[in-house]
Amino acid sequence: MQADCKDDTLLRDVEQFIYREARLQDEYQYEAWEALWTDDAIYWLPANDADIDPEQQMSIIYDNRSRIGVRVRQLLSGKRHTQEPRSRLRHFVTNVEILSREREEIRAGCNVMVFESNLRGETVWAARTEYLLRPEGGTMRMARKKVALVNNDRPLYTLSFLI
Amino acid sequence: MPVTQTHIPEWSDLIRADRVHGSLYSNPAVFEEELEKIWYRTWVYVGHESEVPSANDFVMKSIGPQAVIMARGEDGEVRLLQNRCPHRGNQVCTEASGNARTFTCPYHKWTFANDGKLTAFAFADGYEGQDMSHLSLGRVPRVASYRGFVFGSLATEGPSLADHLGGAAETIDRLCETSPEGEVEITAGFLQHRVQANWKFVMENETDGYHPGFVHSSIFSVADSGIGGLYGPKSTALTRSYGNGHTEIDLRPEFRRLGQPMGWFGTTVERLPDYATSMNRSYGTEKAREIMIDGTPHVMIFPNLFIAEIQIFVLQARAVDDTIQHVTALQFKGAPDLNRRLRQQTMGSVGPAGFLLADDSEMYERTQRGVAARTPEWIFLGRGEHRERDDADGFRVGHATDEVPSRGMWQHYRSLMEAA
Repeated sequence: MQADCKDDTLLRDVEQFIYREARLQDEYQYEAWEALWTDDAIYWLPANDADIDPEQQMSIIYDNRSRIGVRVRQLLSGKRHTQEPRSRLRHFVTNVEILSREREEIRAGCNVMVFESNLRGETVWAARTEYLLRPEGGTMRMARKKVALVNNDRPLYTLSFLI
Repeated sequence: MPVTQTHIPEWSDLIRADRVHGSLYSNPAVFEEELEKIWYRTWVYVGHESEVPSANDFVMKSIGPQAVIMARGEDGEVRLLQNRCPHRGNQVCTEASGNARTFTCPYHKWTFANDGKLTAFAFADGYEGQDMSHLSLGRVPRVASYRGFVFGSLATEGPSLADHLGGAAETIDRLCETSPEGEVEITAGFLQHRVQANWKFVMENETDGYHPGFVHSSIFSVADSGIGGLYGPKSTALTRSYGNGHTEIDLRPEFRRLGQPMGWFGTTVERLPDYATSMNRSYGTEKAREIMIDGTPHVMIFPNLFIAEIQIFVLQARAVDDTIQHVTALQFKGAPDLNRRLRQQTMGSVGPAGFLLADDSEMYERTQRGVAARTPEWIFLGRGEHRERDDADGFRVGHATDEVPSRGMWQHYRSLMEAA
């Protein structure tokens, strides 16, 4: 663990992955974003706390790989009204850390703010985000992404962009 | 018609048979009047008994902008308390839920039993000779429940809950029949989806069968869903107004035409064998088959409980342009395999990121901005006037896409707002 965390190259690879993912989200590169996921992927935004049981309790998003695909195809349909016109977005990612490493799998965490501008106005979103990353086909992929919004226990406006 | 933001003209000038004035959604003075005449007077849905299953359980709920603590006492009775210390007005509870015999105000340590009574206060000698017994937490004066659904009325007198629900009570009966044990449970936690829009746009949309094919075309085009056809021009489904503002889209004619048990949920009994077995055991095969074909209701109980087949929405009006949709999956007692799918479907469909509700909510907010325009002044609600009729029970019905529900809501709304 100690040795891994000092592995600057690995940390840099993880950071670059997270920055790229954020850029694909901000710039509506939906298909390229979808390609980052593994086949057993889970995309999770818990509600009412960071550590609920998503099999028993409601989450804001709890997508398996198939549902991630539906989400992307809905955005690509051109008829997802809440994203037509699209939200203008910028993700700000900070505090990137490698939390653990087991064989090839890397658990990484970061803090994220997203500035959103849409027809309603401007909304700032803040979250603790954790990734499970795995090399696959010569590239790093996401097997799990958990976005715990700071205010996920409060009433939230529509969140229909990729966070 | 001059409409300022502080003055309300005659209700009859704002609400006609087939149209309503746009200011009803945007005038803050109208909202203040609604709080007095609707939210703080009529029966408002608060929560479900299964959310406080044990003695001393409590959960934070609301009636309009007001916070309400729904607490089950030691005696098993469910009470609705206001979150305000009778001393200096501090909030006595800041937890979303829990189990507590008492609530202690952190300001001066006044302590209240979960029936609202003051049981202790600090430095008692300072109140020597004073009668403290009247210093209780505020209680919602009328609380009643129907099949586990708990309603509160802030008026000390008025129609009973049974009178208020009227014919719409039967839709709740139908809902409970989906459970092999005849009971609904609300146990999956709520999403809170906020919209910058008036609550009536949300309420009216719940039984608007005209919009789904358009607002939800994106998800219908990319995911298998039988929903779209239910709301097409050839649909045999009905819109219905039960009176007292309660409205329904009755999808049973379509489901009966298709005759597929569990078709209403887009599945088959083969995929839910445990559920089907339990239903057959509880109701007998014939009745169970009928229930599983008919499906659950799509009904808007005025003013704030929307039972949407697989989930419930509790509408909370906070300001003229601020509404929260509290939404959770319906869970049916004795149906774990069905319940798991209900949670999965609900999470996909609703809430801030939902495939369906994010687009509905976009319409609410655009409509709110739209009615700010001065002309045309009216919202036109005349669809299907020429073909509406009374059903065998005397309730007004129309085509699935007709505006029978909105007209029914507004008729009741006007009677409430005109009342002294």
